[in-house]
Amino acid sequence: MILRLLKRDLAQFFPFSGGGAALPVIFFVAVAMLYPFVVGPDANTLSRTGGGVVWIAALLAAILPLERLVARDIDLGHFDQLRLRGVTEEAMMAVRVLAHWLSFGPPLILATFPAAALLQLDGPTLHLVLIGLLAGTPGLAAIGLMIAALTASLRAGAALSGLLLIPLALPLLIFGAGALARQDAASLGFVAAISLGLVALTPFAAGAAIRAVR
Amino acid sequence: MMQGSVALRIYANKLACRRGDRLLFRKLSLELGPGEACHVTGANGSGKTTLIRTLAGLNAPFTGTAQCEGAIGLMDERTGLDTEQPVGRALDFWFAIDGTSDRETVLDRLGLTSLIDVPVRYLSTGQRKRAGFARLLGQGAKVWLLDEPLSGLDTSSQELVRELIIEHLDNQGVALIVSHQSLPLPGLKTLAIEDFAAEPEHLP
Repeated sequence: MILRLLKRDLAQFFPFSGGGAALPVIFFVAVAMLYPFVVGPDANTLSRTGGGVVWIAALLAAILPLERLVARDIDLGHFDQLRLRGVTEEAMMAVRVLAHWLSFGPPLILATFPAAALLQLDGPTLHLVLIGLLAGTPGLAAIGLMIAALTASLRAGAALSGLLLIPLALPLLIFGAGALARQDAASLGFVAAISLGLVALTPFAAGAAIRAVR
Repeated sequence: MMQGSVALRIYANKLACRRGDRLLFRKLSLELGPGEACHVTGANGSGKTTLIRTLAGLNAPFTGTAQCEGAIGLMDERTGLDTEQPVGRALDFWFAIDGTSDRETVLDRLGLTSLIDVPVRYLSTGQRKRAGFARLLGQGAKVWLLDEPLSGLDTSSQELVRELIIEHLDNQGVALIVSHQSLPLPGLKTLAIEDFAAEPEHLP
């Protein structure tokens, strides 16, 4: 049952399955591509600030899929039908946070390689960005799902969710980009810890949210 | 649960439901056993859908009890079918979860065989409703909660739905049907939800 749900959710979210799901990755690379045009091609400036730009691009890219995460399936009655078959909301949301992360975390991490080339990041910086994104994107996925579930019943939910995600994602950004400034991976431990906390919390918060709008 | 004979019923006792802060109905009691069906009538906004969702356990009752014993098949205006998928794939998701074995029979019965490759979002209201019924049949649940099963259907499809309900009852199923259309079924109980309407000043 859980595997079937995961398969369906993945088919719905995964990039290149149509429905504009590849948008976050394209957006992410586009930011990295535009940045050198704006600040100039000076390799020093680029490699000094590029890592931070990758983080900002990742955060903004995480906002794009939010609209499709929960509201559509509420409209379809998908969650109702699963509930009648004894699947708890927490299980549905746990599956969904995993599917959501798989659909945008690994693609973003892969897209970091071309982005790093465009921003002329050096090896150690790229290393820190990759580990940072690996630790941070589950947290972004979790925040995204929570917000999507909480705003699912609101008319302007999509616009609101973008605004809500930014302050909540700030701790991830501060520790993730902080590691780049000091060239030290220690603070990435905090990123991973925050991510894990958020992932653990999300099924309950998002589950309660979709129960409430029913 | 008893061995052999599985308990099967739709049951409400002194049920009161509200939507927002408006009390819709109160002191509603009903009990349906195997082979029994009840047609619930009422004006728009009188709480018919809320009654169905409360019986299904999706909404909590305000006071009283509401429960269904047995597997619940819910059919409302939301079919649960993924609108981006073709009809066949969207149904197969539920058929796989419900362990449906007679896929072709069900599709054929509801006249969906030619629509299998059409995305659900391109279906007309009536076709979508038929697809919803395919999901319901495939589920094989003994308790049917049907919210406006006839709306949007042409006469031949309405007749088909009537047949399906009769068959369901003959198979010792139980059904609660909310509809503002008349539904000629043998032995059908009726319940007018207005009889239980709460006067505004009359809060429990």
